[in-house]
Amino acid sequence: VNDKITFQFKFPTNRWRPSGQALPEKVKIVEVGPRDGLQNEKTMVPTETKINLIDMLSASGLPVIEATSFVSPKWVPQMADQVEVMKGIDRKPGVSYPVLTPNLKGFQAAIKAGASEVAIFGAASELFSKKNINCSVDESLQRFDEVMKAAKEFGVPVRGYVSCVLGCPYEGKVAPEKVAHVAKRLYSMGCYEISLGDTIGVGTPGSMSKMLEAVSREVPVNALAVHCHDTYGQALANILVALQMGISVVDSSVAGLGGCPYAQGASGNVATEDVVYMLHGLGIQTGVDLSKLMDAGAFICRTLNRKTNSKVAQATCKL
Amino acid sequence: MGNVPTTVKHCLSYEQLIQDYPWLKRWLLEEKVGHEFPEFVKIVEVGPRDGLQNETEIVPTGVKIQLIDMLSGTGLPVIEATSFVSSKWVPQMADHTDVLRGIQRAPHVRYPVLTPNMQGFQDAVAAGATEVAVFGSASETFSKKNINCSIDESMLRFKEVINTAKERQIPVRGYVSCALGCPHEGYIEPSKVSEVAKSLYELGCYEISLGDTIGVGTPGSMFKMLQSVMKEVPTNALAVHCHDTYGQALPNILTALQMGVCVVDSAVAGLGGCPYAQGSSGNVSTEDVLYMLHGMGIETGVNLAKVIEAGDFICNALHRETNSKVAKARGRTLGCVSVRENI
Repeated sequence: VNDKITFQFKFPTNRWRPSGQALPEKVKIVEVGPRDGLQNEKTMVPTETKINLIDMLSASGLPVIEATSFVSPKWVPQMADQVEVMKGIDRKPGVSYPVLTPNLKGFQAAIKAGASEVAIFGAASELFSKKNINCSVDESLQRFDEVMKAAKEFGVPVRGYVSCVLGCPYEGKVAPEKVAHVAKRLYSMGCYEISLGDTIGVGTPGSMSKMLEAVSREVPVNALAVHCHDTYGQALANILVALQMGISVVDSSVAGLGGCPYAQGASGNVATEDVVYMLHGLGIQTGVDLSKLMDAGAFICRTLNRKTNSKVAQATCKL
Repeated sequence: MGNVPTTVKHCLSYEQLIQDYPWLKRWLLEEKVGHEFPEFVKIVEVGPRDGLQNETEIVPTGVKIQLIDMLSGTGLPVIEATSFVSSKWVPQMADHTDVLRGIQRAPHVRYPVLTPNMQGFQDAVAAGATEVAVFGSASETFSKKNINCSIDESMLRFKEVINTAKERQIPVRGYVSCALGCPHEGYIEPSKVSEVAKSLYELGCYEISLGDTIGVGTPGSMFKMLQSVMKEVPTNALAVHCHDTYGQALPNILTALQMGVCVVDSAVAGLGGCPYAQGSSGNVSTEDVLYMLHGMGIETGVNLAKVIEAGDFICNALHRETNSKVAKARGRTLGCVSVRENI
């Protein structure tokens, strides 16, 4: 009667350790600058610049670079050149270039343009879902069913994003159980990895650990990633706590590209340079060459005519 | 269960486990965050001294006094008011006596001042100081370049100050700079930091503040350094003074808290740049530290909104933007529900 029951939560004694113990040896960095970063930049970036940026990032050793988004240009004009970008980049062997596909149409266009990995997203907040994509969370997940089916047919892996995991600009607090519910749905639909996003950056190590505790009961921790925003300066502390809880995939954006649409002028994504600095300082391998990464950051900031949001970049270039 | 995808199997198996062992759910839910963190953290506000000292614009005495008075109303338990160093070296602190005499001292708040030598100490006492601070360095080169003498020589100077302070029952706080790296020497051995910390503690300092002077530390080096220092100085006599030059301050502070440290230095609005990386930030902002601590359920006794106000005031006076991300975000949040985890 009883199949072998496999459970994947860790015993409490392993969870709470100061840094230096029980941290992952390797962390996979998912670079979202070209998509999440540029999407939130006001200046329109020419296609060639986007391609150059992605190529420079490919050369820095990053294993995953989110290239673009197959969303309607009516909604996100910055991503209108999705097909040219996809076709124009120099794909480095061993590097993944996922693209966002909000619906079946986007998925089909992505495949046609040569995509070999896609991403879908759900929100942990009903209000956010309605305001952002005009439907409830359940309805959005149903839409993605079609994308999942098509992706399976084509043998294309799908990454799932959950937004507002630590707070919502409309609802305020978000229950960890709600986040776990959406993460579990995406995982059981077939997403190989679930990226948990602190969309407005309000989380702290307190709320991060509570949320991860709830989610890791429903989804194996090695299928989880954290996507922290640095709007309140908490990103690195939140990432550290996530690592201590067994997470080994971290999303970040070169030069901290991308502001926060809910706090004008404030920062958004955490800067990849700062994350890599911390991870290397902890003896964790990432495969990333920090100086090449900083070159990419310097390039895009020059082109966008803006200052970098990365403190490491700010400090280093002046020495 | 043969054809069920592994993902679904996993989801089912947790349910199965809870069914078989009902006590497990309660046990897991009882695992609260905060087991290994202190319940209360004392914030030492160094903005008016360490912060302003590293600002290029000279701040009028009246503004300094007003800043300190505003900070006194926030609940901060310790506010480093000024430095009795020669005005030749640090012109920003030339008005030390006027500042100390001009502030309105709130009850239950302490106002330590820096006293690098006997002359400074005597001036400080004459001006009404009730707590002083001395600072040593974990790096010989930094000591020579900064205060023109070796570490051992500086300890002799401090011995004089500390002994005199003991006679007058004035508590002395000790600082160790370059605890995680030196702009001249590079990597600093944790054992060197412990040596200096131990000397200051044995001389009679009640608390030792370990400073990542150039902000190069990460949770990795913070952990190793604290492990070493905690062998020589009791944890409850330690504080961390992190600089945010490489964005590492908050994770470094988090690491220190996990190791039992419960005193954190910070500066309102992240005042003070880094003299070794021009244009970069220096001190970690008090607002960002508070946001993190309160979000973790750690008490500080400090009112974050009032600190933000004090930060706004001094940034206006200095014609500069705040270095605090919390202050930046709060100031510009569009009309949506403000997500307040703390306060």
